[in-house]
Amino acid sequence: MNRAIRHMWIAAVAIFAVLLLALTSIMFFQQRSLAADPWNTRTLYQQFGKDRGPILAGGQEVARSVPTDGDYAYQREYTDGAAYAPLTGYFSPIHGATGLENAMGEQLSGDSDSQFYDRFMATLSGNQPSGASVEMTVDPELQDLAYNLLDGRKGSIVALEPSTGRVLAMASSPSFDPNALASHDSAGVIEASQRLNADPNQPMSNRAIAGSLYSPGSTFKIIDTVAALESGEYTTDTIIPNPQDLELPNTSTTLPNYVGGTCASRTQADLEFALANSCNTPFAQIAMDLGQDRISETAENFGYGQELSIPLAVTPSSFPTDLDDASLAMSAIGQYDVRSTPLQVAMISSAIANDGVLMRPQLIQEVRSSDLSVIDSFRAQQMQRSTSADVANTVTDLMVSSVDDGIARGAQVPGYSVAGKTGTAEIGSSGTSSSWFTGFAPADNPQIAIAVVYDDIPAGQTSDATSNAQQIFEAVLNR
Amino acid sequence: MTTPAAAPTAPTAGSSASSAPVQRRRRLTELLLLVVAWTIGIGANILVDPEQASSEPAHVYRSAAVLIGGSLLLHLVLWFRARYADPYILPIVVTLNGLGIAMIHRIDLLMDSSAGTNQVLWTAIGITAAALVLLFLRDHRRLRQFTYISLVVSALLLVLPLLPGLGTEINGARIWISIGARTFQPGEIAKITLAIFFAGYLSTNRDVILLAGPKVGPVRLPRFRDLAPMFAAWLVSIGVLVFQRDLGTAILFFGLFVAMIYLATGRLSWIVLGLLFVAAGGVVASQTFGHVAARLDAWWHAFDPAIYDAPVGGSRQIVQGIFGMASGGLFGQGLGQGRPDLVSYSNSDMIITAFGEELGLIGLSAILLMFFLLISRGFRAALGTPDGFGKLLAGGLASIMVIQLFVVIGGVTRVIPLTGLTTPFMSAGGSSLLSNWIVAALLLAISHSARRPVVTGPASAEDIAEFEAHEREEQERAELHETERAERAERRRQRQQAAEARKATAESKSSEAQS
Repeated sequence: MNRAIRHMWIAAVAIFAVLLLALTSIMFFQQRSLAADPWNTRTLYQQFGKDRGPILAGGQEVARSVPTDGDYAYQREYTDGAAYAPLTGYFSPIHGATGLENAMGEQLSGDSDSQFYDRFMATLSGNQPSGASVEMTVDPELQDLAYNLLDGRKGSIVALEPSTGRVLAMASSPSFDPNALASHDSAGVIEASQRLNADPNQPMSNRAIAGSLYSPGSTFKIIDTVAALESGEYTTDTIIPNPQDLELPNTSTTLPNYVGGTCASRTQADLEFALANSCNTPFAQIAMDLGQDRISETAENFGYGQELSIPLAVTPSSFPTDLDDASLAMSAIGQYDVRSTPLQVAMISSAIANDGVLMRPQLIQEVRSSDLSVIDSFRAQQMQRSTSADVANTVTDLMVSSVDDGIARGAQVPGYSVAGKTGTAEIGSSGTSSSWFTGFAPADNPQIAIAVVYDDIPAGQTSDATSNAQQIFEAVLNR
Repeated sequence: MTTPAAAPTAPTAGSSASSAPVQRRRRLTELLLLVVAWTIGIGANILVDPEQASSEPAHVYRSAAVLIGGSLLLHLVLWFRARYADPYILPIVVTLNGLGIAMIHRIDLLMDSSAGTNQVLWTAIGITAAALVLLFLRDHRRLRQFTYISLVVSALLLVLPLLPGLGTEINGARIWISIGARTFQPGEIAKITLAIFFAGYLSTNRDVILLAGPKVGPVRLPRFRDLAPMFAAWLVSIGVLVFQRDLGTAILFFGLFVAMIYLATGRLSWIVLGLLFVAAGGVVASQTFGHVAARLDAWWHAFDPAIYDAPVGGSRQIVQGIFGMASGGLFGQGLGQGRPDLVSYSNSDMIITAFGEELGLIGLSAILLMFFLLISRGFRAALGTPDGFGKLLAGGLASIMVIQLFVVIGGVTRVIPLTGLTTPFMSAGGSSLLSNWIVAALLLAISHSARRPVVTGPASAEDIAEFEAHEREEQERAELHETERAERAERRRQRQQAAEARKATAESKSSEAQS
């Protein structure tokens, strides 16, 4: 009988092995696919059952989890939602997560690898593990100011700290209330998202880093200037022809200077005059003279064509390839197929301000676990050198005179030297244009680099871009 | 009674080198392991509800009192009555029971139910029953006397739920009886009585069954009449269960039947025949019974939307259970952190998924290994005990547990179709807990006889006293037997004499009449 008993035991071993294999298959190998199954409401309950960490700006909570009595234990609440929506995104039971809620999702929910120890200790102590808090680099005062200046009009403002790459403000307008999407009332959420998606002004797209990108217009002349100075063929003393109209090679079209502007007063210009008054024809000639590769290379040195994660994904700005001279001339003044995010334009100013060194733009100041220990904190990183310090300083001087004596006069802050460049990019044949300002202040010790853009400004009208920048400069410099 | 520490120094230890190795009593080992078991079981109860210090502390104190008090009681009973009992069985069972209470209480908190309180009460009842079994069943071999009574009791227990007025149908299965407000599942107790019957019958008739039958080809079949009572028992249980629509228990009983025949005879060919019967039975059942066909569909096509959303017999429970386990992953959500309430019956039939979710693959594997160890100790007791009845009973009880776990865990992992059965010691359910505690007591009793040393050398006074007490008891019983037999023989002789006397008188009368 003992033989049979032993055999029975071996059968039991086999049965347990089968059971363990089946469990391993479900709980380990199929874990991810099962978690993603549409019938698996558990994944949602889990995410919304967690005390997700807050997102902070300057120590204030702009996104936080509040306990609810409904199906889910916690609901996400956004204070000052619209101003920060392009940064925080939303965390919705129906539409998932966007913005930092998505990009920093693992840390906020406490699931990142660096929080393993906290999770483990929470499991041991039986406490609900709570997520990390994410502090943004954004200055709440500037963020609110920027959002309020945009005042619901289509446009965007991005401010960087040139020496570190900190994003000080990033506003996109019109914006939306993320609370409407984070609600646990499904019908309300669906209604809100349908309304927002149908809105022709696209309030849910973050114009500052994504959206449909802009033509940089005359702000791109800073790149031309850098390329010209780097080539050694141009100095600030070089005299460049400044015809009112430049006939583009092999076309019947001409490229004009701004009709009625200061440019018309001279037929020859140096770089200072051309940049300060934003004359088109000298830069078109410089570009055709230097060639596409030089311009393109300089643009790349300032960040064009590069994927960025701040950790929000930034759509790469682009400078077109395979250009004939006519298209190159148009591209040199930021028209044709040059596409820029406002962040990219701010990066140009930032690199000039920081003696030619481009710091990597970053949005996260610090990640702290629920017991306040620091998991990750900001480290300034050099992204690349955009140009030499000499060239950067020369361009700074040129940009300062643009504010002092040129068409960027509106950006002057009493008692400080401000560097700036305006821009206007015509959008196709719509008769409207994107209106830009980019610059930094103070010119001798830059604390802030900025890009402001407004969409759909009717031809002939000036926008608030320059005055907005001035107000932000003033806010920074006078505190 | 001496302390257990004295046991290893008993002279028996050294002098029996020539015979089987002498097992130590290991009662201290048991006590130490019990401390570990309490830590795990009560710790889990604290962990599932971190705030209970303020909300409802009574639960933790109640379960701690029952687990510690109950297992100490059993420990003492073992010390006095079954000193050589296996030291691992009790701690494992206490751990599993404690974890079960914690999970049930944890699900109570989510569902606003009170199954946990009930479970603590039934734990106390189960432990008391186990203590009584160990106290009054000095030798498991006595159960052999109840072979046929067990059969009758099994049949009665299985028929009870079918009686009108007494039986209660819950979720389409008529396997409960209700006494007052409480329900009880007599089938759970029937698995023990059936095991006793099978063990008693097979240990007595083993040789006849093995050798008396005709040989067909290479297979020697048993004579029908030798297996007839077995088949009767099997037919009763299966028949009743088909009427009660409880597939899980039917599989359990059939498995028990096949396992015990194999344990008794060692004939693999009969197992194969048995499994063919199962296959045939399964095909017939799936064609005949709608609920069986539905179970098969929910198994094969669990992720089919039509079957997932089926109002009756759908696969939602299986699929949600699998989601639950998957969400546990390797390390689990942590006790008290998951959502086991999303699975229906997560505190009874599906409790394994709740453990998977909150303790993860690692925790669930640990639970499985504890079950495996428990079962192995059961088989070990079967190997060690000298009597055939004890071997079959221990082997049978261990097999029941293997089959039950296979049906439950295989069911929730889609290895086999899901059928409703409880997870021993863990699932909410008084009858299940009671019967499993009795099983544990029986295994402890048999393991005592398996590990008790056979005296071969100079015995301690204690051993001698025990031996003499045993001898005296046997002697008395033999004398009693002898007296009774003598009395019976005397009565028979007197009856015969009387009859002969009457016959003689009658004959003399008739001869007188003739003359």
